[in-house]
Amino acid sequence: MDTVIGVRPREAESAGVESPPLAVPPEWRARLERRALAPLAGTGWRYYAWIGALLAVLGWGIFAYTRQLDEGLIVTGMRDRISWGLYIASFVFFIGISHAGTLLSAILRVTRARWQLSVTRMAEFITVVALMVGALFPFIDMGRPDRILNILEYGRWQSPLMWDILAITTYLTGSTLYLYLPLVPDFALARDRLGPTAPRWKRAFFRAAAVGWNGSPAQRRALERAMTVMMLVIIPVAVSVHTVVSWIFAMTLRVAFNTSIFGAFFVAGAIYSGIAAIVLLMAVLRKLLRLEEYITRTQFLYLGYMMAAFSLIMTYFNVSEYAVHGYKMEAGVPFHFEQLMVGPFAALFWFYIFGGLGAPAIIMLVRRTRTIAGVVCAAVFVLLAMWIERYLIVVAGLRVPLEPYAPRDYFPSWVELSILAGAFALFALLISVFAKLFPVISIWEVVEHRGPEPGARAENEGSRRGRPGVAGRPAR
Amino acid sequence: MAKGLGRRSLLRFLGAGVAATSAAGALAGRGAEPVAASTHPAVARGGRLRRWAMVIDLRRCDGCQSVGKPPQCTRACIEGHFAPQPMEWIEVYEGHLPGGGTQFIPTPCQQCQNAPCVNVCPVAATFATPEGVVLIDQQRCIGCRICMEACPYDRRFFNWGQAPQPPEALFMEYDAEHQSPAIKGTVMKCDFCPDMARSGRLPYCAQGCPNNAIYYGDLEEDLATNGEEVVRFARFIATSSAYRLKEDLGTEPRVFYIPGHGEAAGRSPFKRGRLPTQWPWQKRVRQGAVPWTR
Repeated sequence: MDTVIGVRPREAESAGVESPPLAVPPEWRARLERRALAPLAGTGWRYYAWIGALLAVLGWGIFAYTRQLDEGLIVTGMRDRISWGLYIASFVFFIGISHAGTLLSAILRVTRARWQLSVTRMAEFITVVALMVGALFPFIDMGRPDRILNILEYGRWQSPLMWDILAITTYLTGSTLYLYLPLVPDFALARDRLGPTAPRWKRAFFRAAAVGWNGSPAQRRALERAMTVMMLVIIPVAVSVHTVVSWIFAMTLRVAFNTSIFGAFFVAGAIYSGIAAIVLLMAVLRKLLRLEEYITRTQFLYLGYMMAAFSLIMTYFNVSEYAVHGYKMEAGVPFHFEQLMVGPFAALFWFYIFGGLGAPAIIMLVRRTRTIAGVVCAAVFVLLAMWIERYLIVVAGLRVPLEPYAPRDYFPSWVELSILAGAFALFALLISVFAKLFPVISIWEVVEHRGPEPGARAENEGSRRGRPGVAGRPAR
Repeated sequence: MAKGLGRRSLLRFLGAGVAATSAAGALAGRGAEPVAASTHPAVARGGRLRRWAMVIDLRRCDGCQSVGKPPQCTRACIEGHFAPQPMEWIEVYEGHLPGGGTQFIPTPCQQCQNAPCVNVCPVAATFATPEGVVLIDQQRCIGCRICMEACPYDRRFFNWGQAPQPPEALFMEYDAEHQSPAIKGTVMKCDFCPDMARSGRLPYCAQGCPNNAIYYGDLEEDLATNGEEVVRFARFIATSSAYRLKEDLGTEPRVFYIPGHGEAAGRSPFKRGRLPTQWPWQKRVRQGAVPWTR
């Protein structure tokens, strides 16, 4: 088996020419199709209960927002001297985790890696959903949401906010397209497999979504080319998105934001939290949908290694920032360092440093913790820490006094916390709906480019080998 | 769709996307049209535009310790503009002197000529007039508050709720030069009173100062006055070592300060504290309007 996997002529892909499909055992293939299409075929009461719970939380968030619409932003904890808070921090966080999809399906695709194919679909879910949820926050944060069209009518490109709007819209459009393209053959598969007993709307949906896909060589060529184009387009767009998100801070005259590495720092942090988000989602879906055969230790460990690498990159950025600021101690910096390191933000800050940057690297370094559970644990740490980091950037950064006045304290109000809870519920809701309508595994890509997971059997036998599936290496 | 996604249809799709983006860009270009402010630029002799500017003589400012009242510039501004509580558009900060002791620094909007707030506004709701005054069109402002992050002087104020203003403010006709009635969810700040200057009056703060510490005038005509004496602007700031706040940021403010700590008013630099500002109409605000804190 191992000799077959990943043997593809190098020229085949770069030229966009379809290579002969891998020889895979038909019963394995049939099982994969059954498993991946199972959520589309039937729905249990647990799913509806879960959706109901999410809708309840979302409803509460919407109720909180109506209070804010009614009374104004006075219902939040924000005031003049800390005039951005939880909303903008969450905006940065959600846009950050959207980089999961880009990393897995574009950056890794460029390197011709194959091991990630079984989780690219989930990562693209995260990208699209996180962008949709994240993009809501600036509008929730607006004092005059009724004047939203002023942005179109009077928008001026000199403003960093307009760069954000342009970049995020482009990114959302591009990543929706990039989610859809590889879905087409899977929609066709669902269309062909559903059978006449399926509800009419479902059959109509899959027929429409499959846009007449029949797997002919011409269609395959077109799809491969379109995916290659999108792959190359989406990477610079993703980098630009998080760069301009950082620029709504870096373009202001605030000492805590006054650093030219902010763009790169935000991009690295975005990918870092994106990896953690995909690890968490694939752990959950793997358990719920019983995908253990396709998402194995290999995927977790490789993503864990990438997370460890990014924790080092993040550490480097932090050292750069704090060393350069701390050595010179310009006006405002002593106050900023004090509030972060020993003042009101100390607990959050040190959790971010040790729990968010140190722990994941150590978890991946120690052989005993280098397991699926270990990687998931590290991902939880990373997600928490990166949310905290965004909060600290916004709130602590704005807390540095600009004039001789006593610093103001900020604590999010119940409205802000409810809306944040509603946003997380919306995130989970959209992922759940997507997982119900779209196959969570890119079936055709796994079948044609990856084949059975080499580590799948070994893991069940409890193998502790440090090197996950040698054959899972990128195809050469 | 029998042919599926061909290269041509993909290119066509991308082309449509580009066209849509350019259309949005063309729409956005409309930001150049004038905003709703009744600005008829003031003109000096010879047809040259006035350039309003201010000099604050800190030697004369004792934070109104000698009169035993809250700062009278702030009070006059609040009464003239109906600035809602807690907005002190001209706020008297107490800063430390390098050699010990304190000084009072009345701080209006600095009217930067390279204004960070104007640069970042996404809808051109904050803008510079030909006279060089930075104003806000509250009827256009979307309340994103990026200008408040951008301002390095803490001189912008947000209407977090229904602003507590007296009834007479609510009957005014809105204008960006006096900003009343206040609009919930928008940003306000010192507007430098160009409407007063055009009609030959000093701004409220300069009128209210009991020690005549605030000079206001026109850089173009090179004249300024505190209501008591008239000075040549350029020579006045040159001979009194005037400086501007955070000059190294390159914001080019139009507000100049003459260093001091109230010595002309007889204040000792070690006499600390000023009385807190009060809003005279607390009992007359409309129902549901509550003050907040900064």
